[in-house]
Amino acid sequence: MKIRVELPQHLRTLAKTGREVQLEVQPPVTLRSVLDALEAKYPMLRGTIRDHVTLQRRAFLRFFACEEDLSHQSPDAPLPDAVVSGKEPLLVIGAIAGG
Amino acid sequence: MSKVRVLVGTRKGAFVLTADGKREKWEVSGPHFSGWEMYHLKGSPADPNRIYASQTSGWFGQVIQRSNDGGKTWESPGGGLTAEGGRPKVSNKFAYDTSAETGKPLTTHQWYDGTQHAWEFKRVWHLEPSLTDSDTVYAGVEDAAIFRSTDGGSSWHELPGLRGHGTGPKWQPGAGGMCLHTIILDPSNPKRIFIAISAAGAFRTDDGGKTWKPTNQGLHSQYIPDPKAEIGHCVHHMAMNPKRPNVLFMQKHWDIMRSDDAGDSWKEVSGNIPTDFGFVIDIHAHEPDTIYVVPIKSDAEHFVPEGKLRVYRSRSGGNEWEPLTKGLPQKDCYVNVLRDAMAVDSLDKCGIYFGTTGGQVYASADAGDTWAPIVRDLPAVYSVEVQTLS
Repeated sequence: MKIRVELPQHLRTLAKTGREVQLEVQPPVTLRSVLDALEAKYPMLRGTIRDHVTLQRRAFLRFFACEEDLSHQSPDAPLPDAVVSGKEPLLVIGAIAGG
Repeated sequence: MSKVRVLVGTRKGAFVLTADGKREKWEVSGPHFSGWEMYHLKGSPADPNRIYASQTSGWFGQVIQRSNDGGKTWESPGGGLTAEGGRPKVSNKFAYDTSAETGKPLTTHQWYDGTQHAWEFKRVWHLEPSLTDSDTVYAGVEDAAIFRSTDGGSSWHELPGLRGHGTGPKWQPGAGGMCLHTIILDPSNPKRIFIAISAAGAFRTDDGGKTWKPTNQGLHSQYIPDPKAEIGHCVHHMAMNPKRPNVLFMQKHWDIMRSDDAGDSWKEVSGNIPTDFGFVIDIHAHEPDTIYVVPIKSDAEHFVPEGKLRVYRSRSGGNEWEPLTKGLPQKDCYVNVLRDAMAVDSLDKCGIYFGTTGGQVYASADAGDTWAPIVRDLPAVYSVEVQTLS
């Protein structure tokens, strides 16, 4: 399945990619499986979204999709159907803090 | 003709400043890594076109960058599979070594309030390339530890003997965090490395990083219960002239110190300086007893005294200091000069460079007698290093 992920500017620069990347993800489509696929395709993003060791979301990052905040849901919970179908992207957002 | 390349890390990107040996006309390249905090950049003595950079962010964590063409282009090394076909090497993975075979338990250190606090990796403060191998580089990190890469920054491994030193629970963060900020490699002894941590103090290894000993005898710090304790001193920076590796100079939180026995003992050489609080300290490339510092008003007021930006120079290895002011602002100036933001080139006359939190990078092509800004309006400068190129 083609999953769409939007990255914040600094991570686009780091991964040398555009605003949106498309990833092939085998079901079940969850935050964990999408981030695993993202990091496999763009190894330089390892550690920038999830901690290397604990795989916990970095404190100042959030995950949004379909106008919902998915940041605090289980990494193994299914993502919304619209994300799974490719209709809507999963948004990786840098929290607004500092400058 | 000789050239110099000045590597500048700032709060919002990196800049590369180049000039010929006259050091009068400068070209400015950057910002590289725009918007990221660039804590430190340093070139390899073994291959000056190889430069390492610490790119960091409170949002996205730590990234290591590498250039093979003198800073024109950059890459984040790693990404290939390991030799066993396993997960890709990742240049930004700084995982403390807690393995039973080679590592140390992840113990705790002292927090600001005196309680114990878990060790957590935050960022790389300082990168020190090997003197002889361009693929080997050391990293000083927060929370304090030293890492080494032998594959050009593609993967990193802790030298856990330092973090695992029995005194770890007494180490505490300074205002900027519990950072390992100084790494000095001894050119006369490849097994000897000097490091410094705020606020634990100075340490030395004589066996290539397996074991470390505190080297703080003679330091005196009022902000710890026992001012002469073995551990707990807020060392801000240390410097060595490679021609005289047993002599070290130190800018401590307060006090300018000198050691003539490779750190085994220290004596104060603040002498007639108006305030001995500061961050940077460096040494003339050809005159090992000529030292430079930038005095800062106090630990509560991190800017230069009296609104005057003055570099102080001692030509006698300390104690007797003279202010250097020609070309530097002498009114309404309230900048700081951070610990890694001064460097010297090896031309004759020796060039001295420093950057300020106000975004100026100043250069002197005559050992400090006169100064001029290379650039005036960068983001706050975190670090300055210089390469002398033939």
